Amino acid sequence: MKAPSFAYERAESLARACALLHQHAGNARILAGGQSLIPALNLRLSQPDLLIDISQLNELRHITVTATELVVGALTRHADIERSADVKRLFPVLTQAAAQIAHPAIRNRGTMGGSIALADPAAEWPAATLALDMSLTLASERGERRVPADSFFKGIYETGMAQDEMLKSIHIPLPAAGTRSAFGELTRRSGDYAITGAFVTARKSGATLSATRIAFFGVAGQPLLARGAMAALDGTTGDAAAVARAQACLAADLDPIADLYNTPATKLHLSRVLLARLVAQLA
Amino acid sequence: MENAFQLAVKVNGADVAKTVEPRTHLIDFLRNDLGLTGSHIGCEHGVCGACTVLVNGEIVRGCLTLACQTHGAEVETVEGLTESGLIADLQTAFHQRNALQCGYCTPGMLVCATALLTEKPHATREEIREYLSGNFCRCTGYEAIVDAIETTAKNRAAGKQLAATNNAEAA
Repeated sequence: MKAPSFAYERAESLARACALLHQHAGNARILAGGQSLIPALNLRLSQPDLLIDISQLNELRHITVTATELVVGALTRHADIERSADVKRLFPVLTQAAAQIAHPAIRNRGTMGGSIALADPAAEWPAATLALDMSLTLASERGERRVPADSFFKGIYETGMAQDEMLKSIHIPLPAAGTRSAFGELTRRSGDYAITGAFVTARKSGATLSATRIAFFGVAGQPLLARGAMAALDGTTGDAAAVARAQACLAADLDPIADLYNTPATKLHLSRVLLARLVAQLA
Repeated sequence: MENAFQLAVKVNGADVAKTVEPRTHLIDFLRNDLGLTGSHIGCEHGVCGACTVLVNGEIVRGCLTLACQTHGAEVETVEGLTESGLIADLQTAFHQRNALQCGYCTPGMLVCATALLTEKPHATREEIREYLSGNFCRCTGYEAIVDAIETTAKNRAAGKQLAATNNAEAA
């Protein structure tokens, strides 16, 4: 399983990468860590004319805390997220999730931006962008624009990015006081794609939950907010009755599709189990 | 050659300059162009870990890395680790504990364990298993491999302690 032939250029600047993307629109792929793109090339699922290697663009490799948000450069690797003290302090769910992505050798190369731009429905980061209400800065020759993650994912490997655009940075609003969050995924073996996985976040005043956000991955063609379940939990204490109502909503919220090993019914059942566990962790 | 790339990379401490096709995987470059056949090719899509090598001191999949992506980097293979003597204790432990049968996965296991022992010198068995979860062995069932790595970790910790005590006494 060898990759097909392609041209290769190491972009020396963001402007050059955007120019190449524009020039070869539709026939070029951005190569970041390559941990999804190279297997796709090996399996000949993708046959681009040109790979634009952006690995030298160090300005895209950073984790920065501002007054209002955590900004993660698109080239930041899963291993960088896993080890970042700022991420652990502000968003421990991201630290936990990073450690669940494939294996150490893959986390050393795979990037957060690459995972989001690819929009694999089974990947952790796209769902995290929904749960934590992130926004994404896209760059192209036409300039930059910032889009909310909510409207970014359109389907299996499909996003709102134009052919000449690339992901530059990821913006995560700092958590409001009283915010609790939880992450979990169910896999047969460590490092496998999840059968189902979710991020849950909510604000807690006293015992009452508000602004609940629940994002699932690995269940449908794209990462999803479970809006029915979110509404069912808002204004409650996350008690057993509220959790049961939220679990009931997941059938309509997720409408799971089968993967190679699990039926939609299995995925729905396990998603309900996972939701109850994660809500319990918000306590 | 169409789309030739002039690659300059340090492999096991030696500077290498070669013309490669961009589509050439690092593992094929090491094995076919440089004759470093210690690293093995298994699944060729990132699942089995047989092709694990170090790039700038970090483990990567040789089948999920293009040779041209290592331009300007330092690559180390099981041959380099062996020649340096840095993993002689680990290799002895593998031998003594019979942590291999066919040996196909062993180079990847050794390189992965090298990184683990550096990153987490006091790793528990659970942590060793988790770290090795991306390296498949189809013969031994992992128990002996975990034993060998655990033994090496303990011996190295004891060795360090001994050295520290000796230094303190010498001072």
